[in-house]
Amino acid sequence: MTTTAVPAVPARVRAVPPVSRRPGLPGALRSELIKIRSVRSTYWTLLAQALASIAWAVLFCAGTVSHWATESPQDQAQFNAAHASLMGQVALGELIIVVLGALVITSEYSTGMIRTSLAVMPRRGVLYAAKAIVFAGVTLTISLITSFVAFFVGQAILASKHINTTLAQPGVLRAVLLSAAVVTVFGLFAYGTGALIRHTAGAITTILGVIFLIPVLAQALPSSWYQDIVRWLPGGQALSPIASSAPPLASDHLFSAWGQFAVFSGYAVILLALGAWSFIRRDA
Amino acid sequence: MIEARGLSKRYGDKVAVDELSFTVRPGRVTGFLGPNGAGKTTTMRMILGLDRPTAGSVTVNGKPFAELYSAMREVGALLDAKAVHGGRSAYNHLLCLAETNSIPRRRVDEVIGIVGLEDVAGKRSKGFSLGMSQRLGIAAALLGDPDVLMFDEPVNGLDPEGIRWIRLLMRSLAAEGRTVFVSSHLMSEMENTADHLIVIGRGKLIADCPMAEFTADGTSQAATVKSPDDQRLADVVTAAGGRLERGEADELTVRGLSAEQVGQLALTNGVLLHYLAPVRVSLEEAFMELTADSVEYQAKTGG
Repeated sequence: MTTTAVPAVPARVRAVPPVSRRPGLPGALRSELIKIRSVRSTYWTLLAQALASIAWAVLFCAGTVSHWATESPQDQAQFNAAHASLMGQVALGELIIVVLGALVITSEYSTGMIRTSLAVMPRRGVLYAAKAIVFAGVTLTISLITSFVAFFVGQAILASKHINTTLAQPGVLRAVLLSAAVVTVFGLFAYGTGALIRHTAGAITTILGVIFLIPVLAQALPSSWYQDIVRWLPGGQALSPIASSAPPLASDHLFSAWGQFAVFSGYAVILLALGAWSFIRRDA
Repeated sequence: MIEARGLSKRYGDKVAVDELSFTVRPGRVTGFLGPNGAGKTTTMRMILGLDRPTAGSVTVNGKPFAELYSAMREVGALLDAKAVHGGRSAYNHLLCLAETNSIPRRRVDEVIGIVGLEDVAGKRSKGFSLGMSQRLGIAAALLGDPDVLMFDEPVNGLDPEGIRWIRLLMRSLAAEGRTVFVSSHLMSEMENTADHLIVIGRGKLIADCPMAEFTADGTSQAATVKSPDDQRLADVVTAAGGRLERGEADELTVRGLSAEQVGQLALTNGVLLHYLAPVRVSLEEAFMELTADSVEYQAKTGG
């Protein structure tokens, strides 16, 4: 053991003012907002999500208008104007948002930034929550704008055949709002998965496999089996009540819009919890 | 002040850090030396709470890292200069770190100035050279004006000017009374920087002593001699526990004995010497000698 005397050193002038409260969620939120705003992948994915959702609304509604005269009376009766303009966001926009949801956390691991982030904010639960809140807030904001734009653009096109609807009609506002919310819920599902898997490519492949491939493959099952499980699947047909103002065609085996939303939210909560466990407990 | 007590980390069967106990004190530069794979980075990761120790504990200023009041104001660390999101500008990188601990923006500008990155602060760090990345990492470590600073292999890949700059920076940080803990696998880097050394090999503590003591270690003594009677000298020296190596021309190098001891032996035994000089063992050699048995991945030289 060494007992070398340390020479007395004059007190240093502090270059940084002290804090009266222990750094926690407010600072972490400000930090994460700067992080998400200062990388290009955020802008690309959010823009792609908005464009894909609106383009789908335009194409689908324009197609409906051009075929309207030749549609059967049953098809015309079952047509849902809200669904025609919103399904693009729910089915396609969602697939793009999950990429951003995974990236906000896997990019920290792939770049090594996580070690720096945890060295300045060792309260891991706080950091995990701050990232999720900022991602969800940004995504919900952009998704709501997208949802309303897609709705109004779609309705403007449908108006030429007088088959459009308005926000005042029953269930329409709910469909517009839930379409944005469900995209955010799937984004959080991806965030939790990203925290669990930590590798960008691995996480995105897994997420797309679960929310895209599984619902498609399930349709190959005998129809009685498929009808038993369809409402529990994390995508596919189970998404359509969300975008519709009234229960869609052949929806006997599905929950209501709120019911399906609850199912998807349940999956997101499970993955968020597993992700939190991994983020907090495992070595970084 | 950093205090490790019985600190251990196992990955499956592999022991990365084995019951390390040491204290890193303020006001001086403490070198953390060991061959590649000795467990230096793992130890530093445990200090920062990134890895959970399998056994033992480590504290910074008396507390586990995760319990520090404002982490950035107490500890600044540079583990891996490339561990930043390359798509983010240097300024935004520092700003997002500063915000977590409510460190004012003017401090971000200040540290950019200290490390001399003013011209590239707005650029994405993806295009930075290793030297610029090291400076960015050091700027991040300095943000909170912390009492404890840790640098993992900070001069790796730097040009001589950069190495000199980091050396002066570490010396001045220690002179201000801070704790400076810097790792390296190259002894030569420590020679003019560290006041104190902690040497590890295969996760175990090998030495914990002031720099001066390290080089004066008994195992590192040697002398160069010339004598017309090589054979007698060899017998005498070997009998006294020294080892002989044949050097250039008629020179012999005696290891394990000091020049004084060799001279005394020659006089006592009546061996004529034409030349006798102490060999100043470089830190590099002393280090190699100490860690020779604990090198993780050793190249076998043929012949």
